Amino acid sequence: MINTFIGDLGHASVIVAFVAAIVAALAYFMAAKGRPLGETDINWRNLGRGAFYVHTIAVLSIIISLFNIIYNHRYEYYYAWSHSSNYLPTHFMISCFWEGQEGSFLLWIFWHTLLGLAIIWFNKKWEAPTMAVFAFVQLFLTSMILGVVIGDLKIGSSPFILLRDFMTDAPVFKLNPNFIPKDGTGLNPLLQNYWMVIHPPTLFLGFAITLVPFAFAIAGLWKKDYITWIKPALPWNLFGGLVLGVGIMMGAYWAYETLNFGGYWNWDPVENAVYIPWLVLIAGLHTMVVYKRSKHALRTSFVLVITTFLLVLYATFLTRSGILGNASVHSFTDLGLSGQLFAYLAAFVVLAVLLLVRHWKAIPATEKELTTYNSEFWVFIGVVVLCLGAFQVLVTTSIPVYNSFLGFIGIKSNMALPADQIAHYTKFQLWMGVGIALLSGLAQLLWWQKNDKSKVANALAVPLILTFLFVSLVYMLGKINLIPKVDTLSYFVLLFVTLFAIFANLSMVLTLIRRKVNLSGGAVSHIGVALMLFGILFSSGYSNIISQNTSGLLYSRDFPDDINRDNVLLFRNDKVKMGPYDVAYRGRYFEVKDFPEYVNKQLLHQLDDIHKAIARADIKYKDKIYFKTGDTVDIYPENTYYQVEFKNRETDKTFTLYPRAQVNPEMGFIASPAIKMFADKDLYTHVRVAASEEDKQWSELKEQDLAIGDTLYLNDYFAVLKNIEPTREVKGVELTANDVAVQADFIISGEDKDYHAHPVFVIKDNLVGRIPDEVEDLGLRLTFVNIDTKNNKFKIGVNTTQKDYVILAAVEKPFINILWIGTLVMSIGMGMAIIKRYKEAKVVANPETGSSKKRVVRNKQLA
Amino acid sequence: MKKSHITGIAIIALAIGIIISSAGDASMYVSFKEARELAAEGKTSKVHVVGRLKKDAQGHIVGMNYNPVMDPNYFTFVLVDTLQNEQKVVYFQPKPQDFERSEQVVIMGNMQKDAFVADKILLKCPSKYVEKEIKQTASL
Repeated sequence: MINTFIGDLGHASVIVAFVAAIVAALAYFMAAKGRPLGETDINWRNLGRGAFYVHTIAVLSIIISLFNIIYNHRYEYYYAWSHSSNYLPTHFMISCFWEGQEGSFLLWIFWHTLLGLAIIWFNKKWEAPTMAVFAFVQLFLTSMILGVVIGDLKIGSSPFILLRDFMTDAPVFKLNPNFIPKDGTGLNPLLQNYWMVIHPPTLFLGFAITLVPFAFAIAGLWKKDYITWIKPALPWNLFGGLVLGVGIMMGAYWAYETLNFGGYWNWDPVENAVYIPWLVLIAGLHTMVVYKRSKHALRTSFVLVITTFLLVLYATFLTRSGILGNASVHSFTDLGLSGQLFAYLAAFVVLAVLLLVRHWKAIPATEKELTTYNSEFWVFIGVVVLCLGAFQVLVTTSIPVYNSFLGFIGIKSNMALPADQIAHYTKFQLWMGVGIALLSGLAQLLWWQKNDKSKVANALAVPLILTFLFVSLVYMLGKINLIPKVDTLSYFVLLFVTLFAIFANLSMVLTLIRRKVNLSGGAVSHIGVALMLFGILFSSGYSNIISQNTSGLLYSRDFPDDINRDNVLLFRNDKVKMGPYDVAYRGRYFEVKDFPEYVNKQLLHQLDDIHKAIARADIKYKDKIYFKTGDTVDIYPENTYYQVEFKNRETDKTFTLYPRAQVNPEMGFIASPAIKMFADKDLYTHVRVAASEEDKQWSELKEQDLAIGDTLYLNDYFAVLKNIEPTREVKGVELTANDVAVQADFIISGEDKDYHAHPVFVIKDNLVGRIPDEVEDLGLRLTFVNIDTKNNKFKIGVNTTQKDYVILAAVEKPFINILWIGTLVMSIGMGMAIIKRYKEAKVVANPETGSSKKRVVRNKQLA
Repeated sequence: MKKSHITGIAIIALAIGIIISSAGDASMYVSFKEARELAAEGKTSKVHVVGRLKKDAQGHIVGMNYNPVMDPNYFTFVLVDTLQNEQKVVYFQPKPQDFERSEQVVIMGNMQKDAFVADKILLKCPSKYVEKEIKQTASL
């Protein structure tokens, strides 16, 4: 029966949330209007607060309703039908919650409500003006899932739409309006990955946090309180930088581990859309720190904090309006909301810019000039580098937007994204990395002391000496081929400044430990950034394709040789040389429920319900039998794992990888890599193409008469008929006392091992049945055709087929672990900075509890 | 002149430099005819072509050739661009597994001799973009 209640509840909650957001925005606006900061109109504020509480409860109710629909497989709803399916494990139901656009909007809305509550409870002084901004944003966001149609105007797309209302043309609903599909169409298999359970919430939390400093900045402008907003906003901005940074790197790791493009960063517009605001956020962070120390860069801080949030909105517009159509493979589909998204973006850009322009002159600016001995000066240059880096990515990523815009005003434009995106972005971003590394080292050295010529020279001496030493070391190791040799000038420069940044920041950390003051989160996170750059330099700049075609077969083709032929064809059980390895493809494997390893598909007889199979032999792991012959096991048929054996020719060490592919009726063939991690590199493999099982073509049946002990010659193999034995167990056939079944026992010699084949001959109810047996490894099928009782001979039929194969790509990625370690170090450093800045903000808020000791220490540090 | 002004001018100059340089790297959506003209003029810049696979009257794809056993890194097909120009395309990578199902194909590369050599292929499969159909397997 169709359950309309839950959908109506959800939809009603959306409307309540939307109306409550309007009320909250208005009430908070009135509460703050015309009064200085901190003096709010209590009545209006209470109304605003109440409305925001109602809004929060309504948002929770939306989420619970939607999750209920997904969790209970209510396929009468479009959202559940198109994103979920019966066999989906619970943790992936969480990811199908935000697979659709509506769910991801909901996630974003949810984080905003939590952050709004935090401001109401902890930042009372700022509550009214900042919450006015918050509620205004929520109003726009909830409108995206409103699902109201007025004439031709569609406002929002509701996740609670019934399938029959979504597909009004489907004939099945004409026959039966209460039709409910038995199963959903399922979650995109790429998203069936644990990183996809935590990556989107992290990213959306990062997005949501950028609203907090933005709201403080807007409130500061509005209430003409241009200075004090920095203090509460700074820890939030740091937190946003941390969460967004971690979210981006999680996405990179997910891409590395699950997607098949061969790396962690593809410069896809969707990836860029998050990278741009993050760079600007980090830049804003630095100007805020500079302002706190020297009263410089207040205006710049305003601009950068506001720009960060606007860029988040722009990113949303880019990825959800469908504008990237031809440019990106994984942007959301167009829900027809592009106009609404554009209105949202435009409203905030116009409001923020107007406000900023009106107050620009009033924002205090210091007339003091910065000298080159000021660390602030170098931080500022670093901020410029970050912003230019962000600007460059923005300019290129927006190319589809220019086309649309020009098309809108009637000019035809056919500009496209650069054909080689990686080369294009690397050209610029490499030098941004050089600048960042250099300046982060230099500024950190200068930051903690008062500088003149000799002091600067002193501070630089040790890190520079260490840098030269280590650069030489890396170069030498490269020369003797222990690690890749850095010989490109730009890479060499990057290596140099990266090491400099590590040593400069490390020396600062050590100095601070000696002085027994709390460590600088800045120095620690800079070390992290430098390590990340080091990891990126080697893993991307020196990745080494080992699956190049070395078969010796040269194909006379009419094209130049500058083409990379980067994939190798592996026939089942044939050995191929690949880099330092002998590689062999051993067959297809499945995941079996409650079994620790993958199971060879040959051991499983798949049933009509494709999620179940019968074990053809005992399934055991480390001498423990998990399933006996004939047991029914649960399998996950979506994933096929291709067992590939690697044997190092020099060390004789072997290991096995299982690159995965999903043959999904909705999405086609989707490959996921398998990675072997070494201390100094990763070996990254993925299946590009696998022989299709559906299209398997069998040769015509060839028959031969054999006696027991006779040898049967097959194409490349030979088989011996060992015996003919009666059997009582025939798969899929119920034998009665009058029925007879015999099976032939063949031993076939393969390349590496012998195989048994048991074709069966059955006489049941006076009818003859033949159950052939297939040896997948060898591409053979044997059929027991007849018994010649007079001559004691047996007629055996043979079919052959193309041998199973995969086409594999394998790449070595040196030092990629340093990238992940760097990410961790950067996060730790940012976490330390958050704690420090949060304490500072509190100290000033309650001066009586602030320790004077801390200030003394700080003054000492500056001295 | 104050240092901040000099910095400001330098930033603007760099930003303009970035725009010009990015514009230089930008590719174009062109037809095969234009791609051929570019190659004839000796320009080797990579371009984008949007098209569909060539099909015969029965809707079968024609001109597609991939034999992984011979060479897993050699795949050719015929693409018909939006202006109905036909062109043989060569791709020195394995055939993308979904290829036949694609609704629209975007290729990046350039003309070399008689064929368009593609470096990258973007596929648009109907299932990803067009609304799915309800499977009639369920009982009513």
